[in-house]
This record gives sequence, C-alpha cells and structure tokens, in this order.
Amino acid sequence: MDKLTSLREAVAKLVRDGDAVALEGFTHLIPTAAAHEIIRQRKGDLTLIRMTPDLIYDQLIGMGCAKKLVFSWGGNPGVGSLHRFRDAVENGWPRPLELEEHSHAGMANRYVAGASGLPFAVLRGYKGTDLPRVTGTVAPIKCPFTGEELMAVPALNPDVTVIHAQQADRRGNVAIWGISGIQKEAALSARRVIVTVEEVVEEFEPRPFQIVLPAVAVDAICEVPGGAYPSYAHGYYERDNAFYEEWDGISRDRERFRGWMERHVLGVESFEEHLRSIRKEEVMKA
Amino acid sequence: MMSIAAARELRDGVLCFVGIGLPSEAANLARRTHAPECMLIYESGTLGAKPDVLPLSIGDGVLAERADSVVSVPEIFNYWLQAGRIDVGFLGAAQIDRYANINTTVIGDYQKPKVRLPGAGGAPEIAASAKEVIIILRHKRRAFVENLDFLTSVGHYKGGKSREGLGYTGAGPTMVITDLGILRPREESRELELVAVHPGVEVDQVREQTGWDLAVSDDLKTTAPPTEEELGVLRELRRKTEAARKEGAG
Repeated sequence: MDKLTSLREAVAKLVRDGDAVALEGFTHLIPTAAAHEIIRQRKGDLTLIRMTPDLIYDQLIGMGCAKKLVFSWGGNPGVGSLHRFRDAVENGWPRPLELEEHSHAGMANRYVAGASGLPFAVLRGYKGTDLPRVTGTVAPIKCPFTGEELMAVPALNPDVTVIHAQQADRRGNVAIWGISGIQKEAALSARRVIVTVEEVVEEFEPRPFQIVLPAVAVDAICEVPGGAYPSYAHGYYERDNAFYEEWDGISRDRERFRGWMERHVLGVESFEEHLRSIRKEEVMKA
Repeated sequence: MMSIAAARELRDGVLCFVGIGLPSEAANLARRTHAPECMLIYESGTLGAKPDVLPLSIGDGVLAERADSVVSVPEIFNYWLQAGRIDVGFLGAAQIDRYANINTTVIGDYQKPKVRLPGAGGAPEIAASAKEVIIILRHKRRAFVENLDFLTSVGHYKGGKSREGLGYTGAGPTMVITDLGILRPREESRELELVAVHPGVEVDQVREQTGWDLAVSDDLKTTAPPTEEELGVLRELRRKTEAARKEGAG
C-alpha cells in the first residue's frame, strides 16, 4: 500500500505554507500528532479551519503558524478559555489573527456542501444575530418554491484535511467508530487528505456505529499510536481530562507556553518521543 | 439549587438537547429521579446518551458507550435540531438581556474585544429550533445587562412578536433559572419577569444583580426547597463523577 507513509513525509509533501488546513475531531480523535508535526516543520500563513478549535489550534496559533481562523466554538472543553487564541485576538500576539466565525450548524453545512461539490448550503439560522454583521460568508437567500427567506453559507473546501482514526487496513480504507463528528465530511470536502491511525490491521472487525472512509478518499495514512492524546480513541485509550485542566496553566503565560512547546514539541523528533517527554514531567498521568 | 430547579422542569419522555456543565447535571438528575425516559442528546452526535458519570466535555466516550445511536454532526443539527424534533434545549450565557437574547461571543467591541469568549457553537440553532429553551446562568449584574455586547443567539429578540418575524420554528426561551430565582417571559411583551425566588432570597437582592429595571410578578412564588431525594441523587452523581475523574487521572 503506497499510501502508508511516515507522518513527517506526509506533512512535508501535502501541507504547504498558506494552505487552508482543517484538522477535525469533535472532542474524540483529535489529530494532535499531526498538529505537532505541522508546528515542527514550521508551516506558516495557514488558514486554520475547525468547528471546535481546542488545544492543538491554541498551540498552532501561539506558535504563529496561523493567519486566519475559520471556526464556530473556540474554548477548552469543560475547562474554559483558550489563552493563546484569546491573546492573538485580544492583543495580536504573536501575530494578529483574522476571524471568520460561524455557528456549529453553519460550519457543519459548509462541510456538507464542500463534500457534495455544491457552492453553498442553506439553513434556517443566523437571522436576528450579530453574526452576519461581522462574518462576510453569510447571506440571505429566498427559497424558489416557498418564498421563505433562509440563510446561505459558502462551501468549505480545505486544501488539506487531517483526521485521526482508530484503524486503517492494508488497502488504505479507514475505520472510525464511536463519536465520528464531522470527520467524514471534512475529508470528502478537501483536496488532500492525511489520516493518522492507531494501528494498521489486516481486516476490520464490525463495531457499533462504525463508519468506513474508502481508500480512494485518502492520500496518506500514517500509523501513530496514541496520536490523538490528550483526547481519546474509543477502544484504545481514554481522554486525559487532567491534561486539559493542566493546559489552562501552561497556556496562560506566554513564556511558559513557549518553553513547554520548545521542550515537548520542537525539541522532540516524533509524537512517541513527545509522549515520553511529557510523561517524564508527569504532565501525562496515564 | 440551579440544577435541581432545572431538572424539575423536564417532563418524562422529552427529547432534551444538553450542553456541558449545569445543563448536563440537571438533565442527568432528571433522568435519575422523575424522568427516567428523558432522552438526552449531545451535539457531538449521541442520541439517547446514558452516562453513569457526568462528562467533562461534549464528546466524552461515556456518552457514546450506551447511547441509542451515534450520528454525525450534520445529522444532529439538520435532522434532529433544525427539523424541530428537540423538545427542550438548555443554554448558558455570558450575557443576557431583558428579552432573553444571549451573548457568548465577546465582551466589549467585536474588533477589539476586552474578553474573547468561545463563540456561538450550537447555541444559535438550539435557540432557534428547539421547541422550548431553558437558560441557566448565575445571577450577576455584569451578566444581566441592558444591552448585549454581541447578540449570538436569539431569545425573544426585540420583544412582542418580533421573534416570529424571524421565521424561527421554536417558541424560544420559556424560563431563565439562576442561583437567585426563576424568570419567565411575559405573555405580550415577552420581557422577562421574576416569577420565583429561591428559599432565603429577597427580591431586592435579585434587582441589585440585574442591570435593567426588573419586572416582578404580582404572584411571586418561592421555589420549593430541594428534597432529600433530589439532594441525595445529586450528591451521589457528583461523588461518582469526581471518583471517576480521579481514577482516570491516577
């Protein structure tokens, strides 16, 4: 299977400076290892797309990789603020961050339109809110059949989408089970697709609520066990809630954040080494 | 008291769209007391979630494990929420105004915010399309404001029939539950009025923590104090959640 490659090679080849990049994951299966590799390779001027930018986008933004963020909810789930995101928006540090802000429903439908090859999606929302005032990519549209006024949002077609999944098989098919969020739509709307997986197996076993992304929809598959940590991979490991709480303190201060990133992300060669490095400082309790 | 008051509002068998924090606690409390058939729906895609401890995030594995179904995010928002299948949606807020419109986006000017908040998430569509909406937040003067810094999710908009004019299918907020009492929109004007205070709370206390001239019902009630059963179940739920977190971290 020629799609099986190292994460370093996949990012070097498929992610370019200035790209619009979506690293999706809805609390479950967040592609942390891939985000770290993008930071290590110093990719810049990225437009980051994601419904729920969390710790990895906080890291990308704090390291100056992003010029723009397209999103619908930017927080540390269950904990509070994303301090690097806030610092960029409130103080322009380390560089100003342009925002394109939607609701979850708007973002979800933008991916659906992108995956469907349509120019826009239609929904009943946004009216009466201040979002259309600050977000250019929302516009009213009249239903040609009923005359009802609805809202249109343009399709999302990322240059690259990166997701993490539990398994890939030898032919390059990808299996995801548990909460699968928006990953399928994010992958099918993108020009290039990188999937990191917990393991490559001979054959998939049937699982409840499993989806399979066929090999033709994927460009690169990289085996990175633990690659979604500190989020979780259903059937492999649990979410490390303590790390999310810990991140609040690490990210609050610019110097402490930079120091942490230097030691645990820039100063290591791989995600495996990253996990060893934070475990040594007992940040990772598991 | 907030989550107990909110739990009491959930009738058995309703489809309830739940956020993390107090709403999740309230809905799970209801499911363990008077509303065992209440169906919990989380925006991460779990339908009929039956968590045995409270999740920290909206997509914790505990939500998927014994759910009736797990679907994609577009399905949740399009087929379940927008199509009008959700009976009750719970929302929190950083700011709320007299018509129960909500801000979760910024404090201060949008372009140069004093505090950048997480943003809209699922709230605008919950506010638009759930058959009714229950808002839960702490009663503070800086949250109950005359004018929102940003209107993220529509409540009763500009009052009267203005919400209907936007074409939304849900009835909008039917109550606001705070740590001091309960507010409901008045029939005609749709302006929030204080209808109940929690035991030991004075009306003046509530007025003091409200940034506009608060309307008070002629028939002001006092919330019934928590029962032994409610307190027992809530404490047990919190204890199990805490224990699970320690175990997960240790």
